[in-house]
Amino acid sequence: MLSRVADACFWLSRYIERAEANARILDVNIQLLLDFEDQHGGTAANHWQPILATLEDQELFNETHPDLSGDNVMSFVTFEKKNPHSILSCVSIARENARTVREQISSEMWEQINRLYLYLHSPSARATFAESPIDFYRSLVDSLHSFQGITDATMTHGEGWEFLQAGKFLERADSTSRVLDIKYHILLPSGERVGGNVDSTQWMAVLRSCSAMEAFLKISHGRVSGWQVAEFLILHDSFPRSLRFCVDHLDLALHNISGSERTHFSNEAERLCGVLRSNLDYTTIEAVFRTGLHQYLDQTQLRLTEISGALVKTFCTWMHED
Amino acid sequence: MQGSFDQYESGHFFDEMFAGNGQVRPHYELLRRRFCEMTTAEIDRKRVLAEKSYLNQGITFTVYSGDEGTERIMPFDLIPRIIPADEWEMIERGLVQRLSALNLFLHDIYHGQRIVKEGIIPEEIIRSAKHFRPELVGLDVPHGIYIHICGTDLIRGADGTYMVLEDNGRCPSGVSYLLENRQAMKRVFPKLFNRYSVRPVDRYPQELLAALRHVAPHGNPDPTVVVLTPGIYNSAYFEHSFLARAMGIEIVVGPDLVVENSRVFMKTTKGLKQVDVIYRRIDDDFLDPTVFRKDSVLGVPGIVGAYRAGNVNLANALGTGVADDKVTYYYVPAMIKFYLGEDPILPNVETFLSAVENDRKYILENLENLVVKAANESGGYGMMIGPHASREEIEKFRAAIIADPRGYVAQPVISLSRSPCYCDGSIEGRHIDLRPYILAGKTTTIIPGGLTRVAMRKGSLVVNSSQGGGSKDTWVLDGEGGEPC
Repeated sequence: MLSRVADACFWLSRYIERAEANARILDVNIQLLLDFEDQHGGTAANHWQPILATLEDQELFNETHPDLSGDNVMSFVTFEKKNPHSILSCVSIARENARTVREQISSEMWEQINRLYLYLHSPSARATFAESPIDFYRSLVDSLHSFQGITDATMTHGEGWEFLQAGKFLERADSTSRVLDIKYHILLPSGERVGGNVDSTQWMAVLRSCSAMEAFLKISHGRVSGWQVAEFLILHDSFPRSLRFCVDHLDLALHNISGSERTHFSNEAERLCGVLRSNLDYTTIEAVFRTGLHQYLDQTQLRLTEISGALVKTFCTWMHED
Repeated sequence: MQGSFDQYESGHFFDEMFAGNGQVRPHYELLRRRFCEMTTAEIDRKRVLAEKSYLNQGITFTVYSGDEGTERIMPFDLIPRIIPADEWEMIERGLVQRLSALNLFLHDIYHGQRIVKEGIIPEEIIRSAKHFRPELVGLDVPHGIYIHICGTDLIRGADGTYMVLEDNGRCPSGVSYLLENRQAMKRVFPKLFNRYSVRPVDRYPQELLAALRHVAPHGNPDPTVVVLTPGIYNSAYFEHSFLARAMGIEIVVGPDLVVENSRVFMKTTKGLKQVDVIYRRIDDDFLDPTVFRKDSVLGVPGIVGAYRAGNVNLANALGTGVADDKVTYYYVPAMIKFYLGEDPILPNVETFLSAVENDRKYILENLENLVVKAANESGGYGMMIGPHASREEIEKFRAAIIADPRGYVAQPVISLSRSPCYCDGSIEGRHIDLRPYILAGKTTTIIPGGLTRVAMRKGSLVVNSSQGGGSKDTWVLDGEGGEPC
């Protein structure tokens, strides 16, 4: 497979996943706001600042927006063309990558992503958004899920597909770690205690934004604590958005690409991914909290960035020659 | 309101659907009935359905204005053009004959130049052709095929005779529209389509791939074939990727390729992989910055060296532009006679060469009645239609012809045939042409029909998509014009 094509598949997939993560995070935050606005009268800034922090978009936002209101943040993260991480930008970049590899992906995949792109640029997207942001984000996530389903059902599960998987799971691991980290940035209102009602509602929001609520409740017997939620989203072995699951599947995709045994590594991306994978396989939630949840997630994000860099360097080295 | 033809005027033109007395031609009768059954609202609905499928598939070209491009689809007309079997059989023979002569001509020009020595074409004409490539003299290309893919533009004059307007022997485009138009028609008119027995067109990509594999260097039976595109910002990118997908081969851009030891390789995740045949959709000028335009960033440095060494083949060959030069065009009927000993089946349009003194005199005296064309332009550029031109434009071309007689030819204005088209709620006649795609491989094949291009603006004679042209599906019939009913 052409290095350029591998590179495009990898990034196409990352941007699709990133668009989905943004939509989920915004959806959940709106719901949180609806739950708490009246009771606690927290300022909008308290609710929206963590979103910008977790998406690492704060600086650009401050440069372009004088005040931090919900509407400003939502439209900045959703439609702002100047924001390279906005949903609109992510879908545009994903489509641009898809366009360069149209003969590699199936027509159905292209049409799905192209339809979404055309929709986001149309007045009807803004109209739906204005009427009900929650419906808007839900249908967006639906469209992106359809893309994943179409990809699985219509594209040959060969090398290109593996690069798509690698991009998807790497980005998903990253976004799960960011969603968990949101909780670190959200301050509890004064008078609220850790483990209290507000605290557990916030953790439930974290679960919802990973579509993890139902799966979590099946094993938690109705109790929602930070400890348990973190354990579930970091260490669960078969929930498809947990860090461990994502890193395991990233590792699998890397080995399918190189053809080497999963017990060894044949390139730097595989080595780094193997290290992270065995950490997730053998660590405990106690150890995570000893390190500090925020610090642990931060380190994990750094490692994911290193794996991404090593992958591009290993397979797409031609791209960066000149 | 019914979508009928009651108000239709065929005017003083050859009309594809109606004979002079207003009588529908027999092979259009079923179509007429089908359209008469529909209201304009129904036709509009079908049109929107077809357009939406083009947009969703990204079959668009980009029009730039302000800071961002808008994507437009090429206008598509719902009323197909129908060609009876016997008419097509004649066209097909004529096109095969013409491409055979052009390939023999190119081989001759880059070898002994017998046609010049025997006085059929003046040496000066060849030497001064802008796209003649002295670098290729003496080079043998596999099977002597230079033009593997030819798009020949046919028109019909006032009496309905098919004539060749020009040969496109460099990088003819548009075949993806032909294939997609057919898909669209099958979707929106499934029943009508069934009742006519229309010859299929969908094997084009397989035939193209067979033609490309046939000309692999060193007779390699299992060559690696790729499509070389200028990239996603090229207006024909959709077509490039469409064809690559339909052939199941890689599409590459210049930077994906590298030349080592006079061999061309592509850069893959598993290292370098040798490439044998390149279907290139980049003009000669941009192909190799070490040989042609130094500023080209689209090309592959060293690729011409690898080509000359016989380690890679290009389709079309380098230097085919000398055959679709509009001055060379004038000599094609003579070529057919010279190389094949046959009379041309498809005539040329009467043409005057401003390089010839008597012709020049005639051209300069009759500019306001002629179509003047620059010898080396295509896509409807560098052209003046005398009767539609301003005084100023005519004088501009007069000066240009006097300054560079070799650079121009002139033809009488042909009132292109018209076909009924659905325009803004009513059916009106619009001028059309036909571009069949001819493939020279082991044998020469043509998928039935071609791209029928439509000058969508009322009265316009220019069908090029860059000039606001549209297209419609072209049905070549298997038998006599659909089942009777």
